[in-house]
Amino acid sequence: MKRYSVFAVAREALRYHTGWERAWRSPEPKRHYDVVIVGAGGHGLATAYYLGKNFGITNVAIIEKGWLGGGNTGRNTTIIRSNYLQDPSAAIYEKARSLYETMSQDLNYNVMFSPRGVIMLAQTEHEIRGYKRTAHANQQQGVQTEWISPERVKEIVPIINLHGPRYPVLGGLYQERGGTARHDAVAWGYARACSDMGMDIIQKCEVTGVRTENGRTVGVDTTKGPIDCDKIGMIVAGNASVLSEMAGFRLPMESVALQAMVSEPIKPCMDVVVMANTVHGYMSQSDKGEMVIGGGTDGFNNYTQRGSFHHIEETVRALVETFPMVSRLKMLRQWGGIVDVTGDRSPIISKTPVQNCFINCGWGTGGFKSIPGSGWAMAELMATGHSPLTEEFSINRFKEGKFIDESVAAGVAH
Amino acid sequence: MLILECPYCGVKAEETELAAGGEAHLKRYGPGSSDDEFHDYLFMRENPKGVHFERWRHANGCGKWFHAARCTMTLEVFGTYTAQTSVPTQEILDKIAAKRPGWTWREFADGKK
Repeated sequence: MKRYSVFAVAREALRYHTGWERAWRSPEPKRHYDVVIVGAGGHGLATAYYLGKNFGITNVAIIEKGWLGGGNTGRNTTIIRSNYLQDPSAAIYEKARSLYETMSQDLNYNVMFSPRGVIMLAQTEHEIRGYKRTAHANQQQGVQTEWISPERVKEIVPIINLHGPRYPVLGGLYQERGGTARHDAVAWGYARACSDMGMDIIQKCEVTGVRTENGRTVGVDTTKGPIDCDKIGMIVAGNASVLSEMAGFRLPMESVALQAMVSEPIKPCMDVVVMANTVHGYMSQSDKGEMVIGGGTDGFNNYTQRGSFHHIEETVRALVETFPMVSRLKMLRQWGGIVDVTGDRSPIISKTPVQNCFINCGWGTGGFKSIPGSGWAMAELMATGHSPLTEEFSINRFKEGKFIDESVAAGVAH
Repeated sequence: MLILECPYCGVKAEETELAAGGEAHLKRYGPGSSDDEFHDYLFMRENPKGVHFERWRHANGCGKWFHAARCTMTLEVFGTYTAQTSVPTQEILDKIAAKRPGWTWREFADGKK
């Protein structure tokens, strides 16, 4: 792999940019791999990357039915934060956030990580108590967050309306080291690094069956033929239930649509991410100037990557009352992704009833921010059979009653 | 936009008039059941890419609970039926079978596959 650098740009500028290589290879699948990762989204690619980087396992195939990063990795609102209440969540999300800080250097690929700060607005008395509690918990966990006053919120976000028609802004939970990153670049950067280590990224190849013998996995059937492997990692977000059924086990999971949209590009007006969870909308401004807006999930199962129209209306209504200037903006695009939601709204990173078959799913509405941490932990779990970061996220926690109850802690999407 | 006909008042209700109630026909387990049965009842969910049965409430209408059969892949609605049944009615199963030949209900969860 030729490294990207200022010298490479200068060199290519002198020869009409004819020397750039493709960022990753697109090979035909081999008959056998040590590890097959199903799903070339951020989590799948990150898992493959850390398998190679941390454990030297490079005979890896990453199989993707669509195109690389074309699922939820390319559909989220790119928010990165780790201000969680429960210790296991804070640990893995903070691991992810800290890996984002050095990701561009690590991958030699600019993922445009921008630690611009994230504010979660408190708009009811309950939220004040909840967020203060989270701020205290975060101090114990070593996650840097603080409770800030409404005046400070206004100082950081001048376009905000503190005295909304329904809910006033009573303060906020501020994580200064949170922010955003370019989501496609995260997938592309990992893909380039994986390909460089000799891993095969096989796109437009759908898994049609998981082969098991005596309770252990031996390979997958795909639209490009059968592939044998010693270990499988299933990292397919909304389609996790479909895949687990192929392997012969069920998941405590439902797939629902979550929507987002962007406005026309405007001049810089907000250099921080703001989440308003009571009225339910969140917004940040991309480097292109578009306001990136996200809202809530639908209430019913869905695999169509389309959501309900009334949710768009609710989200826009929430934002218009929080940021009155939004009412003059035209929306450019709107889309949906299928998120996998578990019983306690926390992810599953776990061994499964099938031996040598591992699953990483259930990130629900909070998958992007966790990509590097999730990949790091999943790689450790797959390589060594044990990872301290994933211990609490086992599939058995529902049976044992050891929930990681962020849905109660966060109230809404997290 | 999702539109379901309420089997009680006959109104063609759109989504904002309805409240989703999750998977239908869950078998309830209580005291005396095994841990596995209770676990499956509480947490395991059918999450099919295709035909799915759900509970809905006509919340901003007659207020009654009913069942609906939908396809999660096409958003097609096969029909709605009464809440006073613990399994899908034969009528709705026939309607689905006509449109999805070879389909059977809960073949995986019940260990038929």
